[in-house]
Amino acid sequence: MGERILDVNNLEINFHTYAGDVKAIRDVSFHLDKGETLAIVGESGSGKSVTTKSLMGLLANNARVVGGSIMYHDEDILKKSEKQMQDIRGKDIAMIFQDPMTSLDPTMKIGRQIAEPLMKHKNVEKKKALAQALEILKLVGIDHAEERINEYPHQFSGGQRQRIVIAIALVCYPEILIADEPTTALDVTIQAQILDLMKELQQKIETSIIFITHDLGVVAGMADRVAVMYAGQIIEYGSVDEIFYNPQHPYTWGLLNSMPTLNSTDLQAIPGTPPDLLDPPKGDPFAARNPYAMKIDEKEKPPFFKVSETHFASTWLLHPDAPKITPPDEIVRRKKIFKKMQANVN
Amino acid sequence: MKKYLLKRVLYMVLTLFLVATITFFLMKLMPGTPYSNQEKMTPQQIKIMNQQYGLDKPIWMQYVIYIFGMVHGDLGTSFQFSNQPVSYLISSRIGASAQLGVQAMLFGVILGIIVGSVAAIYRNTWVDTTATVLSIIGKSVPNFVLAVLLQYYISLKLGWFPIADWEGFSYTILPTIALGVGPLAETARFIRTGMVDVLNSDYIELARAKGMNKFGIIYHHALRNSLIPLVTLIGPYTVALMTGSMVIENIFSIPGIGEQYVKSIQTNDYPTIMGVTMLFCFGLVLIILITDIIYGIIDPRIRLTGNED
Repeated sequence: MGERILDVNNLEINFHTYAGDVKAIRDVSFHLDKGETLAIVGESGSGKSVTTKSLMGLLANNARVVGGSIMYHDEDILKKSEKQMQDIRGKDIAMIFQDPMTSLDPTMKIGRQIAEPLMKHKNVEKKKALAQALEILKLVGIDHAEERINEYPHQFSGGQRQRIVIAIALVCYPEILIADEPTTALDVTIQAQILDLMKELQQKIETSIIFITHDLGVVAGMADRVAVMYAGQIIEYGSVDEIFYNPQHPYTWGLLNSMPTLNSTDLQAIPGTPPDLLDPPKGDPFAARNPYAMKIDEKEKPPFFKVSETHFASTWLLHPDAPKITPPDEIVRRKKIFKKMQANVN
Repeated sequence: MKKYLLKRVLYMVLTLFLVATITFFLMKLMPGTPYSNQEKMTPQQIKIMNQQYGLDKPIWMQYVIYIFGMVHGDLGTSFQFSNQPVSYLISSRIGASAQLGVQAMLFGVILGIIVGSVAAIYRNTWVDTTATVLSIIGKSVPNFVLAVLLQYYISLKLGWFPIADWEGFSYTILPTIALGVGPLAETARFIRTGMVDVLNSDYIELARAKGMNKFGIIYHHALRNSLIPLVTLIGPYTVALMTGSMVIENIFSIPGIGEQYVKSIQTNDYPTIMGVTMLFCFGLVLIILITDIIYGIIDPRIRLTGNED
């Protein structure tokens, strides 16, 4: 992979509420290399969206970054002023939102909406910006773009609108594209089209993608690397093959187990609910829902244990003194595939 | 669009006809006669006068004659104002009323949009609270009370503006404020609520993600979307300004239609009552049509299409 362009270190974010401070992001670190796709996976409330919003400087008013740094080209994004962030947003780091039905301005022609970042960041005059908007509109696969550029969002379908949202994000050729559940609100058939489009454009525009999703099925075809988040922390990260076929953390097992495959007869849900982040647990946050939990899981947070050069997991099960346990059948099956894959490589 | 407009105009004519009919018969139910010194007149004199004004005929016939005249553009002759035709009375007085109405509307709506937007941008701060309290006061204080207060403090005590009459722009300021504060308060409340909603919407977040600054976001995205619900208020505002102007014109002795209207009702000046009522009614149905057209301009989702039946 290419040079490292983004480095998030020990990020901590709290939300101030009447009940107290919600510790939404706790000691999160990850990095992004040029041209790669990093998927951040986790269930609702695990802190995926908050993490990415902090990259954009778009956190809600009651959010406070209490620690850590986000290094982008050797500069800490967290230390930049709102004005400096405005120059980065949309130009260097762009974002695709979850719901295309509500993320376009209903009263503005889509051409103008796509042209806006150009006019803002590249000082392009309106006419030229609209011409470039037309180009990118063709690129994202809107038919009859010459006429449709003068239409309003309500004249487009959901899938087409998401293409327009993608066009807005890519019009300045950003270095980093953050996609926050870009296919969740779409029909399954449209989802595949949008994912293919994103992969195709990533090649053309040479951008890095941070892909936020709760859907592991979407990750398999998209990502180079995967980070699994739970209760405001990253609990395991590695290459897409390592996460899918050699998972180490019981929460990752649970996620994979709850994903339908050709062989699965019934879906295994993860019992229980995530911990209350007003008062997060001291040890492994997943301990309460973890059938393999040990005493130490409740007392002390596990450090990251190295599985391979690219694969790390935060679970005491990887400690040399931990008892040997047998993972669920589905995981054992996956690990067998992983061994074959490695044998083939060697 | 043409078909749509034609249909709307037909409805307008029907509305005007219904209003004319109802007003005519209601007016005839009012007690008294148009003659101010009736007790001094002999029955003979009254009979002659009634004949002269056509009041001796049966009411249905008076009605037919009136409608026939109105269709042909003849609104009759005023009983009170030295036999002037009603159309002349209206045209000589409409200028002052229209100026006052338009000024009050512009003052109220423009200032209301500004106050409402500022309150929304600084929501839940002292700015917002102040704006809200002032709007509630502006909405609850009747305009005639405000008019008198303005006359007393601004004109009499401070002497900044003339207390009454209509002889130049400085004379229009106090009545404009008195009449415009209601719409101002209403607009501010409306815009604030609308804009708080809009500022929390996804497309505003997308605009922020584009790197736009606060002013750009408000001006290009938030304002237009918050203005949509305001369009519905234009109709009610017009009514408020018309009725409000009757009182305000009286208080400030402005030679406008409203003042005329009140006088004509007090003196049973039938042709003038009918004429002014029809004028107000026409103004209102026209405003409602314009409102619907403006809706389409601001909000492309409800743009009027030609294939509508």
